[in-house]
Amino acid sequence: MSAAARLLAHAEHAVKQPIWGCQMCGQCVLHSTGMTCPMTCPKTLRNGPCGGVRADGHCEVKPEMACVWMKAYERSERLPLWRGHIDDLRPPVDNTLKGTSSWLNLISGRDRAVPAGWGHARPGRGAGADVEP
Amino acid sequence: MSSLERKLASRQFVVTAELPVIDGGGQAEILRQLEPMRPFVDAFNATDNPSAHAHCSPLAVAIGIRQAGAEPVMQLVCRDRNRLALEADLMGAAMHGIESICCLTGDDVTAGDEPETRRVFDLDGIQLIALARVLGGGRYMSGRRISPAPHFFLGAVENPGAPPFDYRVRRAAKKALAGARFLQLQLCYRTELLERFMRAAHETGVSERIALIPSICILRSVTGIRFVASGVPGIDVPPEIVARVERAADAETECFDIAYELASHALAQPGVSGLHFISFRKDAGIAKLCARLGIPPRIERESNGYSASVAL
Repeated sequence: MSAAARLLAHAEHAVKQPIWGCQMCGQCVLHSTGMTCPMTCPKTLRNGPCGGVRADGHCEVKPEMACVWMKAYERSERLPLWRGHIDDLRPPVDNTLKGTSSWLNLISGRDRAVPAGWGHARPGRGAGADVEP
Repeated sequence: MSSLERKLASRQFVVTAELPVIDGGGQAEILRQLEPMRPFVDAFNATDNPSAHAHCSPLAVAIGIRQAGAEPVMQLVCRDRNRLALEADLMGAAMHGIESICCLTGDDVTAGDEPETRRVFDLDGIQLIALARVLGGGRYMSGRRISPAPHFFLGAVENPGAPPFDYRVRRAAKKALAGARFLQLQLCYRTELLERFMRAAHETGVSERIALIPSICILRSVTGIRFVASGVPGIDVPPEIVARVERAADAETECFDIAYELASHALAQPGVSGLHFISFRKDAGIAKLCARLGIPPRIERESNGYSASVAL
């Protein structure tokens, strides 16, 4: 990673960590998930809540915490934009991007690159949507 | 094509059941567990470390189910394997003629007896469905070719009883989009929530795209109902149901009556393609319950038919 890229990653983390608990996955999907970071889910789920959500809407793993996806769903319903994006099929996380700046990856298009086989899974909108087999 | 796929594709009502976990006793133990259920059950689920407790692997058990001449549904969870290991187990299943796969995210390690385990979740349950579909399309995730391509009949689980309730049918639709063709629903003791889910699935056409199979658990003791009520993530049991079993002179009979009532209710919902049973009884509880529900034995259904209300 170049010095400039590292600096940008630090800047991104400084902004996004306090607000969204950013985990620096390097492939941000906040706008598709009601401005709620799915990487703060203990199972790091990218496609919606698991079946273990408690009756009070709290997390299976951390009972004291509200389910990340409960918040994501409620907030996405209130967003003026991107509302339907929560239903999109999001591809697996690219672990090689961990720690890099998603801003840079957005500009370069790197965050939308998916493994060649994924095109067969017919992804919806969002990262990977434009990649065909 | 697996017999489960053939039946669901031709609108036949199916009965699936969870094979109790296998720890020892080998093939003889699989046969012993299968026999009492076999006359009624179309396919048996081989579970994958349920509630994050280690047991024989689902691939090994699914092979055993096939060797016993029965139809397996291999469950796979994302908790214990990264994508490479999931691809390997899916390909291993295909090699042994196991086609029906039920893809789950999986309970967290904290639900189990080894909570110090590292959780994996490299993929989520929906991405696992898509991964299996990629393999079925003749490619590994990398794009590397597989020739001939394996054939899978993909399924998943959805929980009508866990919030956010309005979102659950949309999540079921997302699973259909990813490639799932059947959904074995999580146990739901709140009948109003199953009703809400089935009605919404029917109204939005989801139950026509993906076969919906509600699950019924046959318990036999106060300890059992208390465990389900407090120890299983995502299952909410109304206190009055727990109290009914606690008050009963014969807990086993009361549990059976509750299972019968829940199954009757589930069968009355629109768009039900079958029922999935989990029995903790020592005897042929599933056979007894099917008989009481008026569901004919498998052989009879195969020759005379017994239709569900929807097609895939």
